[in-house]
Amino acid sequence: MRLKRKKIYPYTGLLFILPSLAGVSVFVLIPFADVVRRSFLEAVSEQWVGLKNYMAVFQNPAFQLAAVNTLRFIGVCMPLLILLSLLISVFLHKQLKYGYFLKMAYLIPMAIPVASVVLLWQILFHEQGMLNGLLAMIGISPIDWMQSEYAFGVLVFSYIWKNVGYDIVLWMAGLSSIPADIYEAAKVDGAGEWNIFWKITLPNLLPISAVITVLSLLNSFKVFREAYLVAGSYPHESMYLLQHLFNNWYRELSLDKLTAAAVVMALVITLFVIWLQKGSEAMDE
Amino acid sequence: MRKKLIFVLLIILAVIVCYPIVFLLSGSVMSMGELKNALLPMMTEGSENFVAWRIIPMYPTLKYYVELLLDTPEFFTMFWNSVKLTFCILVIQLGVGIPAAWGFARYEFPCKKLLFTVYIVLMMMPFQVTMLSSYLVLDRFHLMDTHLAVILPAGFSTFPVFIMYRFFKGIPKAIMEAAQIDGANAVQNYIYIGLPLGSAGIISAMVLGFLEYWNLIEQPLTFLNTQTLWPLSLYLPEISLENAGIAFVSSVVTLVPAVLVFLSGQDYLEQGIVAAAVKE
Repeated sequence: MRLKRKKIYPYTGLLFILPSLAGVSVFVLIPFADVVRRSFLEAVSEQWVGLKNYMAVFQNPAFQLAAVNTLRFIGVCMPLLILLSLLISVFLHKQLKYGYFLKMAYLIPMAIPVASVVLLWQILFHEQGMLNGLLAMIGISPIDWMQSEYAFGVLVFSYIWKNVGYDIVLWMAGLSSIPADIYEAAKVDGAGEWNIFWKITLPNLLPISAVITVLSLLNSFKVFREAYLVAGSYPHESMYLLQHLFNNWYRELSLDKLTAAAVVMALVITLFVIWLQKGSEAMDE
Repeated sequence: MRKKLIFVLLIILAVIVCYPIVFLLSGSVMSMGELKNALLPMMTEGSENFVAWRIIPMYPTLKYYVELLLDTPEFFTMFWNSVKLTFCILVIQLGVGIPAAWGFARYEFPCKKLLFTVYIVLMMMPFQVTMLSSYLVLDRFHLMDTHLAVILPAGFSTFPVFIMYRFFKGIPKAIMEAAQIDGANAVQNYIYIGLPLGSAGIISAMVLGFLEYWNLIEQPLTFLNTQTLWPLSLYLPEISLENAGIAFVSSVVTLVPAVLVFLSGQDYLEQGIVAAAVKE
């Protein structure tokens, strides 16, 4: 049956995709090909300069700072978020009675527009703000959250606040897909709670943990919204991310550097996706 | 005992997570005097005091809601801009995204794997990477500084295609084959099997999309210069703390549609989140 269909309409699927593919081509693929071409040219004279733009990007101190910060941000906040949400999910999974409401509460930040919460962030993290007020009560002297190294911590905090519910929903889905009889069998064999967690729960969560990592990474790029709205184009240098840099290069019309940097970023993401697909295929087998 | 302790911790965490909503609500009904007083430490240079917040205002008032309704026409302009942008983006996403997801999920064709990889890569791309390429094409079509500059690139986002694809994949093959035997053609299959059985996926993609596009910051910031074209999400941070009352009320009004969509679509939202992750 399937073979026959393939023979008669080999392009039916393509027809369904065509409208979307046309739009994607016009708005992303073709102009991006132009960006790739431009990345090898001098911006104004359009003369071939080879890899000069790429060298300029990698030697640019702002790029180095932003790249290190972005990697540091991903390296700190993703493990924190993933572990915290796993911990909450494991407890929440057993909590049948109020679990639904708690999960809903953790998800609410997803619905709160960034622009609405900026007001709270300003009042919370101001030098004379609420957080310092709370700290003063236990005798800690005020910290200038947004204008010091702590700005990085504020960024990590807003990322975790926004995404903890999202990751909990994912972990809970993973937890509920583990067949109950495995647990029963382990209990009959006299395995302790801790043992069950290490030997059964964690290994069974491995496949979903890969996807959670990807989605958490995807969402980590979005933290720029909070960073930008709270601290503007030039925040404290500890939270100066690649997104800030791209934005500023765009406004300064540094086209040569911007094209090369965009190509580098696109390449990194493409390699990451391919590596991941290979990985998940291996896991399926 | 340990169980109770964990439960209490979970509740405390939930309260912290939801605090912003309570905070915004309480600020929006505070009287001018109380609000000024509360924020005074932030407004005066060299102050030694800190902002202290009362969750329940001493003299609650709806004055600022009335002021926003009657005296700030720019707020309505921006509100409608947000509605228009979000609505148009979602309509395009539905129109081109559903058939694309169906095509990927149900058919084999040349280069399918390559194309799907391209879609996933585009989905992962942060806005800043494609910012310049979008600009090039928008400029070529003279769309810069119009709403279409935000709507068109976002309308062709590949994220909803990916979400709906996962749902369509979940429809049992047997149903399709039964329809085939009954003589249904490709379009009939799509309309009578795909759309109804994939509706949960379509709604999930829309809920996730709404929350995303109600929140647009980078795209309008990059492609719209004229302030009257801005969505709410860009306008709100422009209100200074001198007008704290209006800032709070506007924040609440912006929050309300998103929370309503969230509450009415929570189950779909969860399904949408999970669909991206769990293999059927």
